[in-house]
Formats: sequence, C-alpha cells, structure tokens
Amino acid sequence: MIKNLRVKSSEYIDETNRISFKFNGKTYHGFKGDTLASALLANNVHLVGRSFKYHRPRGIMTSGSEEPNAIVQVNPGTNRTEPNVRATEVEIYEGLEASSQNCWPSVEFDIGGINNFLSPFFPAGFYYKTFMWPASFWEKYEFFIRHSAGLGKSPTSSDPDIYDHRNIHYDVLVVGAGISGILAAKNAAKNNFKTLLVDEKNELGGSTIFENNEFNKIDNKTPSEWLKKEIEEIKNIKNLEIKTRTSVAAYHQYNYLLARENLTDHLEAKDKTNKIRQRLLKIRAKKVILATGALERPLIFNNNDRPGIMLSSAVKKYSEFYGVACGSKNVFFTNNDSAYESALSLYNKGINVEAIIDIREQSESKIVKKVKAAGIKIYWSHSIVDTAGYKRLNSVSIMKLSNDGTSVTGSKISISCDCLGVAGGWTPAVHLYTQSGSKLKFDEEKQIFLPNQNTSEQISVGSCGGDFKIDEIIKNLNHKLKDTLNIKETDLDNINVEIDQENSKRNIWLLPSDKPLGKTKPFVDYQNDATAKDIKLALREGFRSIEHVKRYTTTGMGTDQGKLGNMHALGIIADTAGVKMGELGTTTFRPPYTPLTFGTIVGRNVGKFFDIFRRTPMNDWHVENKAEFENVGQWKRAWYYPINGETMHQAVQRESKAARESAGILDASTLGKIDIQGSDASEFLNRVYTNAWSKLAIGKCRYGLMLNEDGMVYDDGVTTRLGENHYIMTTTTGGAANVLGKLEDYLQTEWPELDVYLTSVTDHYATASLCGPNSKKILKKIIPNLDLSDESFPHMSYKEAKIGNIQCRIMRISFTGEHSYEINVQASYGIDLWEKCMEAGKEFNITPYGTETMHLLRAEKGFIIVGQDTDGTMTPIDLQMDWIVSKKKYDFIGKRSLYRSDTMREDRKQLVGLLTEDPNVILEEGAQIVSELNQSPVEMLGHVTSSYFSPNLNKSIALAVVRGGKDMMGKQLFVPMENKNINVTVANPVFYDEKNERLNA
Amino acid sequence: MFLINCPYCGERDQQEFKAGGEAHIERPKQPTELSDDEWAEYLFMRKNIKGVQFERWNHAHGCRKWFNMVRDTSNDEIKAIYKMGEKPPAQ
Ligand SMILES: [Zn+2]
Repeated sequence: MIKNLRVKSSEYIDETNRISFKFNGKTYHGFKGDTLASALLANNVHLVGRSFKYHRPRGIMTSGSEEPNAIVQVNPGTNRTEPNVRATEVEIYEGLEASSQNCWPSVEFDIGGINNFLSPFFPAGFYYKTFMWPASFWEKYEFFIRHSAGLGKSPTSSDPDIYDHRNIHYDVLVVGAGISGILAAKNAAKNNFKTLLVDEKNELGGSTIFENNEFNKIDNKTPSEWLKKEIEEIKNIKNLEIKTRTSVAAYHQYNYLLARENLTDHLEAKDKTNKIRQRLLKIRAKKVILATGALERPLIFNNNDRPGIMLSSAVKKYSEFYGVACGSKNVFFTNNDSAYESALSLYNKGINVEAIIDIREQSESKIVKKVKAAGIKIYWSHSIVDTAGYKRLNSVSIMKLSNDGTSVTGSKISISCDCLGVAGGWTPAVHLYTQSGSKLKFDEEKQIFLPNQNTSEQISVGSCGGDFKIDEIIKNLNHKLKDTLNIKETDLDNINVEIDQENSKRNIWLLPSDKPLGKTKPFVDYQNDATAKDIKLALREGFRSIEHVKRYTTTGMGTDQGKLGNMHALGIIADTAGVKMGELGTTTFRPPYTPLTFGTIVGRNVGKFFDIFRRTPMNDWHVENKAEFENVGQWKRAWYYPINGETMHQAVQRESKAARESAGILDASTLGKIDIQGSDASEFLNRVYTNAWSKLAIGKCRYGLMLNEDGMVYDDGVTTRLGENHYIMTTTTGGAANVLGKLEDYLQTEWPELDVYLTSVTDHYATASLCGPNSKKILKKIIPNLDLSDESFPHMSYKEAKIGNIQCRIMRISFTGEHSYEINVQASYGIDLWEKCMEAGKEFNITPYGTETMHLLRAEKGFIIVGQDTDGTMTPIDLQMDWIVSKKKYDFIGKRSLYRSDTMREDRKQLVGLLTEDPNVILEEGAQIVSELNQSPVEMLGHVTSSYFSPNLNKSIALAVVRGGKDMMGKQLFVPMENKNINVTVANPVFYDEKNERLNA
Repeated sequence: MFLINCPYCGERDQQEFKAGGEAHIERPKQPTELSDDEWAEYLFMRKNIKGVQFERWNHAHGCRKWFNMVRDTSNDEIKAIYKMGEKPPAQ
C-alpha cells in the first residue's frame, strides 16, 4: 500500500483535478500543479534512477532545473519520447508516462548495480587508463561501455511536433521572476522601457512565493503575501511582457540571448497536436537584468547520495508549495540557518522533524531559538559520517566534529530517518553571467563567486548578485536599477523591510568520516559518480588545471553540468593543493544552461526546409523525363536521363555518342552569370582575367581564366562583349557567388576609381546548350531568319535573336568540342525554349544529356573543370594552359605569383592525360600514381582527377596531376589499387579532335 | 553574435556579414617590381592579434559594401567602424 504523503492543501495544487500518470509502468495519482517529482514524492517514491558509473540507486534531490539524479525518459516508446528530462521540471498531465534511465532490467533490480561493489576498480580516469590499450581491443571496450552506459533512448521515428524560432527585441530583458526579477521588471516597464520577464517555471515568484518565515516582513506582510500582490500588479503593466516556462539557455556577447519557450509539454497528448511545441526565442536586449537566484549547495559526506537525501530547500518547497512531506522522519544536516527555516516550515505543517545536525558550534538567531523551543533536537558541532539504506535512506550516523573540521571524535550516534535535508549554503547562479563573457571574483568571506566585471550592459540582482537577505536584496536592487536605467526614483524607495536573518556559516568543502577517505563515498558529482577521492587522486597523479581535473574525473560533465557539486570540487582542489579558491578560477559554464531538444535548435529547418536548394526553370521537364539529379552547390542538376532501365554508365555512353553523332541538349542555366557595365569594364576584365580583353570586338566571346592573388586557378568561364561598355560573364556553377564577391571586393577596396557595375543575373536567364553536328540545323528550324553561316556567326561569337516573341541571346561557344550554341532566354521562358528545341530536334534524335555526359565530353577534349581537375594549388602553367596567360599585360590578379620561385618549379604537379594499357580498364578518380612498384615507401607522384570510358574513342581516358608530368609524355607509370596494379601511359590531355575541326563542322 | 553597425544600413546581426581579414593592406601598384620576399609580405603575412585588430568586413547579405572595423579580439568589442578609404581612428 502506497502511503500518501500529501499533508496539506496548497494553493498551487488543484486537488479537484486528479491526474493519473505512469512511472516505470505503474499507475500513480497526483494533482494539477504537481511536477513528476512532487507527485512521486507524494506517493512516497524516492528511488527514481541509477547513477551513471556505479548504478547506485538515486532519488529526487532538488525541486528545480539543477536536478542531477531524477533524470527520466518521458513517454518512452513513442515518437514524442525524450530522454534526460528532469522529473523536477515535468508538469504532470493525464496520460503522462515516464521511466527511469540507466538501469536494466529495472530501477529496483539493476544488473549494473554490481559496479557499485566493484567500485575500487573504477577510480578517476578509469576509462582513460583501462580502455586505451591495446588499441585493437577498442571495439570490445566500446561495446561494453555503450551497453553499460547510455543515458536514455532517442526516439526511433520522426518527431511529430512543430518547433519555431523567433527574433525579438527589448529594451530590458529580466531573467528570473523571483522577487528581484519581478521588482526589476516592474520598475523598468513603468519607466517606459519595453521589458520582457522570463522564468523557467510555470509560476512567478521564485522561492519568495512560499516564504512564510514569520521573522521577515515586507510592509508588514510576509514576503509571500507581499509578493503575490506585486505579481497581480505586474500582470497589467503596459510595456511588460511575461513569459513563463521559458528557460534562457545561452547568453552571448552583445546581449544576445537564446531562450526556449515551452508551449505544449505540460498538455495532454490530444492538446499537443498542431501546436508549436517549443519556440527558440532569439532575444536582443539593450540591457539585461539577471535575477537567476541561487542554488543551494549540498554537503559532501560519506554516502551522501542515497534516495531520501535531498536539498533542505527542496524539502521545504515540496512541503510549502506542493503540500508534500518528503519523509515521515525528517532530519536536517546544515552549516547555516537555512535548514532551520525548512525544519520550521515542516514543523508548522505537522510534519515530524527528528533532529538538526549542525556543523557550526552555535547559532543564536531567532529562528534557531524558535526551532529549539519547538523541541527539535539540535546536534551542534556534529557531522554525518555515514548513512544507511540501499534504496531509501533509513538512518544517519553522526559524530562530534573536531575544531579544525578535519576529523571526527567521540562515539557514533545513529539517528533513524527516511529523509535528510542537506543545507550547505547558497551558490549564486552565475552560469548565464559568465556565458556572456563577464568575469567573476571569488568572495573569500562568503565563499562564493560573484559578478565582478561586466562585458555588456547588464546587472546581476538578488541572490545571483550575492544578496541573500531581503533587505539587502531590495536596497541593492533599488540602487542598481536607478543606475542602469538612469532613473531617479523607484517604488522600492518606500518599501519597509523588517528581517531577522543571520548569515553565519561554517564552510567545510569535504566533511570527514571516521573511516579513511579511501573507504568512503562522498559524492561531488552525483550524475557522473565523481567522488572527493577521485578528485584527490587526480591531484596526486599530477593534474593541476581545474579544466583537466574536471575532464579526468568527469566532474561536472553530466547533463546537469555539475550545478550542485562544482563549487565543492573547486574547494576540495583548493584545500588539497593549498591554494586560494580565487587563484584557482572556475570551469567554464557552457550553453545551454539546461539541455535543449534538437527540435528547438533546428526549428522550421527540417525536411525539405533543411537546406536551400535551387532548381532551374526546366526542372519540371527533367523530372517528367525521369532524370537522375545531382547536387552541385545548392543546385539540383540533371545528372543523366536513363531510359529502359539503363545504368548510369549505359545512359552516359548513349548520351555521349548522340551528342557527337547528331545532337544533344544540356540545361546550362546554373552557370553563374554576372552582368558587367561601365566605361572601365574592359580594363576591369583585363585586371581580373589572365588574358587580354581590350581588343575583344563587340559581339565576340572569349574564354577567361581567373586566378587568386597567389597565382592559383580560381574560376573560369566565357565572357561575351554585348556592347562598348557592356559584358556578360559566365562563371562555374559552384563558384558564382564567390566570384561576384571577389570582383566586388577588388572594385570597392583596391580599384574604387574604376567605373564598373556588377549585377548577378544567374537566376534571370535560362540557358539551353545545343550541341552536335546537327545543332545548326535545329537552331535554323527554331529561328529560320537568323544567318547561321560561319562568316556571319562564327565560333566564339554572339547574336541577339527572337524565337517567336521571345528575345534571346545566342552564343556560339562550346564546352564539348562540338559545334554548339548556348541559347539564353528570360528565365520564365526556359521551359518553352527547351520544348521548342526538343520538338525541332526530334528528326535528329536530339538527346538530352546531363552533367555526367557533359563532364565526359569535355574530358575527351581535355577541358578542365575548376574544382575537379584543380584544387587551389594549380597555376595555369601547371595546367599546361600557358597560352591563356598574357605576357604583355602589365598586371592582373595573380600575375606576380606566377614568377615566384615556388610556382616556377619544374617539378610541380602538372595536368596530363593518362591512358590505361588495357583500354577497358577505367581508373578510379582520386587513385594515386607512382613510378615504381617494388619500392616501399614509394613517392606518390600525383592522382587521377577525371576518368571516363569514352564511347567516341572506345577506350578509357583520364586526366591526372603528376609531379613533373609535363616532361613525361609517353612514360609508363602505375596506379596501384587494392588488388592489382594498373599500367598507364602519360598522354596529351586532349584526346579527341585535337585540331578543333568539329567546332566548325 | 555581434551587432554590427554597417555604415550604410545601420545595426544588423553578425550573420549578415562576412569577415575579410586584416585591413589596410594595400595591393602593390607595381607587383612586378617587387622581390619574392616583398610580394610574399603582401600576399601571406597577416597579423593575428589578441587585442585591438583592424579588420575588413563585408555586409554580404545586405548592401554588399566592404568597410573597416576596429575590434578587440579578446572580448569582441567593436571599437570603431569606418568606410573603405577612410583613415583609421586614432587609438
Ligand atoms: Zn550594409
């Protein structure tokens, strides 16, 4: 029978709204307003998971996002399942299912639990020490590690939910809606600052909202009562937007913050559909007010991790906010007054408090006196030396602490209990603060890191800024607000605060036990099972940097980033190494503060929106005609057009033959096109291409090679002179954007005196490339009145014409070596142009061909493809294209580099042709080339860059770059492959129609 | 993500911009007159300062204009932005 520990109704729990949910397959009940953690605790369930390394039973430790232990899989087995969710953050709803992680077969009986008893064999750095040798065993180790580790399971089908991104801008962003955040937001908004207040929880008010300590009063009300009134007030302020369930994940420079807004996770499945689940808010704020609060520290003592051991503040919150008693016999263990507030809160609700164990010698504050008066036993100067209870705490053993705090004496007292609230003081939540690049300073007196040097317009207020008492909080908040918002008065000026709080504290990072450290398990990082002795071992082994110790021991490397134990790790290192905390520095807190789903990160960029792609105006035709496509940059290009079940090889062989024997047609619309105008256009081309342009007649085309300033080939293409001051440049498909960028760069920064205007017109034109011996006849049919004679329209020239009413530019240029025309029309007419060509070409068996055939045809001619035959290390000389480098021009981009000693070396890799001894053997692109077979190691002379079987030559051909290849004509080389060596001969890279007779055929 | 104040468009998100390396390296007017070493100095040698650095930036997804920026690389503080051809501000 499950005992119900719901002790008293709470205004935040709707007891009329009973909710059933499942945990590890068992049905439980809770109420609207419960988190999974509070509902489980109300059902007396503490054991919720197993630790990562030792598989020790673990319980709920906190009530917030810092939870290290209660990590669950939500809705397991569904496509909405999510691993590594903190039970303390899951709001329950009807039908919710959750299960424990990191245990098999069940959390109650976990085989991995054996690791706990083997723990002497799992010291710090265990993985590094054990699994590194011998290397060949790695696969076996990996199997072992993957099966025994594994935090949760990812869904196996696609995510049904919608995610969103939104950019928002505010004058003031307030992070955290506790008392400081609420007051800051209120005053900012009232002073006409457009303000956003966010909080990760579903209710405003932070911890003050359940602060009913009778010794603290604001305007004669308890802090809780007073704050509720403030909350009502801010809900109606113009200029103030409030977002709950919104967790700031990252704080970047320039006050750019990312927050996740959770919109449907708390809803039943039927209410989740067709709604945005989570939204990533990209927030720009002129000023940021961090009011992120503080996290309570645990204490580090032997076996401090058993289910039932919790933070004192969490025990209090479960009682005050959720109306849940975490145990029936409660004990507190503390080094400050906080535990007394928790104890009193329980006492006032009639929950049994057995004792308080305080490591301090004494405290005489009002609250301590009150606890004493209530008859709760207090053990001063005592420490817990051990705890008992495997799946649930059942007792603690305490002993007297020595004056220096390093040892225990006297006899051991055992106290029976089922819940232990631990209070080790407070750590300001400075995670976001440091993410922004701002710097911390260690306060030796308070033993905390505090904001010190801000890098942007930001302030840290409340306890994240180091103020823990309400009077200090309000006083300093008031002063900081006036300063940062530049305002004279606030409504904090007249608040009357009476408090009786003491900050007395005895800080001991690692509490001693009667057993030596080696025989104890004082956990520092609960999720990763790093203990104090692991940290000390790392130091003994010579690790000094805090970042190294962190990685070696895995402290702070879990999904919780060690929010609870990081300070203790630092403290233990400082104490052991004998240095001051301030000198040690901190580890880096990295975004996200709490884990984000992949959905939130990618937002709408999923499925077909994952990446941008571009289609040509003729795309539909290619699809209808069953083309296979390839990605070229962002373009989808027709690759080849298989018919009757042809393989790619068969299709390409057929297309290649057809293009040379009769007619082929290629969609060349993707080539980059840049419109160049201005009175200095010719001079500009002279400077950016290696060859001369001034004398190019209007109506003529010229091939150009563009270099980088280092002399290496960058891009190529044909440029046509349309008018006196007007050119159209074509670039490679992939290089278009970069070429435009480079040209603009030179124009704006080096040659601003040139009168030149560049416009990208790639998308404005559709281009069909008509090639083959019958191309002329086909074009004649389409445009009967155009004079296509070689005299009127020779190779490398251009004409304006009309196809019906469609204006077109026709260039007689060729990338295949065949007589061919590139016909450009306005993009919207692309499909008409294509269909007209197909119709007119029917009698010549016009064959559409794709990029693969284009590559093959140009390889037969030895034409390079920049990016395939070149790789940013090839000069025009290396490519044996000396003919295109002007000797007369005084300067052009990259010219000087062609005369550097290194670029003039004779033994550079040079472009050559390769022919295989067996004409049927096709080389692999990328294959290595050597000149010796019986030598090891052997020098790699180069590699194959392009390789095809040429149907027109009926043999295999290849282009390659070979060291000193220019002088190797006819020499035999070898291409060693896995199973065989292929004999090849160096050849002229122009394999077909060397005299270019077909261009005019 | 920085906020960059394009001298032509105003404040825009960093993702609209492209960094273009060290500023104020002028392309030699007569490259052919230079020795290999002098040319290499222009071509390859770039500073990589931790601290205040003069850089070129381009509003690539905006007005496409190049401009200069003075940036502290240790904390990404942008100290000044000025147009191409303008003199750097006195430090
Ligand atoms: Zn701009």
